[in-house]
Amino acid sequence: MSQQYPALLVIVPLLSAFIISGAGWVNKRLCFPIAVVALGVAAYSCIGLLLRVLDEGVIVYKLGGWDPPMGIAYYVDHLNGLVLTVVSMVAFLNLIASKKSIEQEFPDKTGPFYTLYVLMVTGLLGIVVTGDAFNLYVLLEIAALTGYGLLAMGEERAPLAALNYLYMGTIGACFYLLGVGYLYIATGSLNMVDIAHILPDLYQSKAVMAAFIICLIGVWLKMAFFPLHAWLPNAYTFAPSAASSLIAPLVTKVMIYVMIRLILTVFTPEFAFNILAVSKPIVWLAVIAIVMGAILALAERNLKKMLTYIIVAEVGYMVGGAWLGNRAGMTGAILHIVNDALMTLCAFLVVGNIVYKLKGYAFDDLKGLVRKMPFTMGAFVIGALSLIGVPPTCGFFSKWYLISGAIQAGQYAFMAALLFSSLVNVVLFFRVIEICYYEPFSEDHGHGHDHHPEPMAEAPLTMLVPLFIVAAGLVLVGLYTGDIVKHIIEFAIPQGIV
Amino acid sequence: MGDLIQIVVAKYNYWIYITLMMIGLYAMIVKNNLVKKIVGMNIFQTAIILYYVSTGAKKGATIPILEHGHDGHGAGAHMVHAVDYINPLPHVLMLTAIVVSVATLGVALALAIRIYNRYNTLEEDEILAQIREK
Repeated sequence: MSQQYPALLVIVPLLSAFIISGAGWVNKRLCFPIAVVALGVAAYSCIGLLLRVLDEGVIVYKLGGWDPPMGIAYYVDHLNGLVLTVVSMVAFLNLIASKKSIEQEFPDKTGPFYTLYVLMVTGLLGIVVTGDAFNLYVLLEIAALTGYGLLAMGEERAPLAALNYLYMGTIGACFYLLGVGYLYIATGSLNMVDIAHILPDLYQSKAVMAAFIICLIGVWLKMAFFPLHAWLPNAYTFAPSAASSLIAPLVTKVMIYVMIRLILTVFTPEFAFNILAVSKPIVWLAVIAIVMGAILALAERNLKKMLTYIIVAEVGYMVGGAWLGNRAGMTGAILHIVNDALMTLCAFLVVGNIVYKLKGYAFDDLKGLVRKMPFTMGAFVIGALSLIGVPPTCGFFSKWYLISGAIQAGQYAFMAALLFSSLVNVVLFFRVIEICYYEPFSEDHGHGHDHHPEPMAEAPLTMLVPLFIVAAGLVLVGLYTGDIVKHIIEFAIPQGIV
Repeated sequence: MGDLIQIVVAKYNYWIYITLMMIGLYAMIVKNNLVKKIVGMNIFQTAIILYYVSTGAKKGATIPILEHGHDGHGAGAHMVHAVDYINPLPHVLMLTAIVVSVATLGVALALAIRIYNRYNTLEEDEILAQIREK
């Protein structure tokens, strides 16, 4: 059984998606349990796979018994073992948390929603596990197409925002496909490991260089790296809360994983950092991304949109960290994939709870919220501290690695941008906390009501428990950062990077 | 100048795909009508499909089917020369890419219908004006 984990984590959600869409016709109440079982099996396989990788090293799974490079192979090493675990856990927790809000937001569409949800997770897990460049493109489009559908289910402006995302996302995926085409012409192979073996003789080839740059731009479009970020804020803000808390933590992070995979495995760090000599300008782009993301977030008067701009800044963290070209920077980037997925999930689950109770997420709606939803706001404070980077929450440690990487590489602008963005995050979150904790609740319009406490109206337990698990996870991952780095990330980065 | 013409003529398939791709990209950026943008997107995707298909072609080669694979003395009796056959792999990949592009087109048109139902127009500036009014 444990031999088949790599196949199970893709096939079980894929088949369940079809079963769910069928079950939706029979009885809508069947959909949720099937989705839970499917994603539970996927999460179980991912954790099992990570434990096996820690034991045995890299696992190669040949689909259908065809040998690579002819057949498609799944390669699971420490890097994607870690990312798989994070993706499946986030998807599973969010699924539990989103049950109530889906029933509230679109009671007659639960079947289609869970179908798209499970299919999207299939795509994301497939992107992470696959070892084939073209297979990655197909799974990328599965994740993207279901994502457009999920985002468009939201409020009034959602379809237009999703359509804009669709234009940009399609251009991004097409660029990636084009880059793979150039690689195929140059090497005659689509298998990532095989390409990496053939490439060293071709490093001077212009086609290979073009392939790398085109792939990179495609992936940047997909991850909303600053000048290419325009689709993200609206698409995520107007989405239904259950969809945005799945897509916001995972899609950008998985695309960062793809970029790191391209650098580390396909093109090798030697080519990316030494021969191409583009790391400096890319780190500068990341600096601009971080600063602009922070400034644009400052301008927002609405919690969910503010968070989307923070995602734009966080993408800058990870791209910059990966392109610093040293071990500390790469460690920080990989660690930040894990941490940022959890932090963003925490923040968006809080937004989900607020929307569930208040039907709004503008700053004006949040006044005095802590008396109404004390547990949700408690978790929000932990998430906010982690996004700011306060120890012992996990956000501190990945920032620490990123900053020490920046100092080692002599990229002081990147260090300054990280500090600047942390300071802006302090302003952003303390403003929200101030509104929630110290301003009187706005719903009762009388003046005399202030002196007796608001009745508590917390979100249901199925939404609170996953939120607490994530909030506890933020602290736990922070406390065990040393172990994660020593046992997993150290092996994920090739020895060549020092 | 002579060199340039030679480059253009020798690699004309690349020039065609680049031209098509730029037409698609132009439509997506400049056009105001959402459906025209979707059409531009489809041209963009088709350009890449054409590019892939053209890379599999070889001069004087035929479709990759073994003509006399089974007669005579069993399989492998004839040597297969790869030069005689066009490369089928890019074509097979593009079957998948065509499916993807059809699916994308479907989703895009479905979204366009939702937008039309809500705003009663597909012109982007009119939609944005309606959003601003609210």
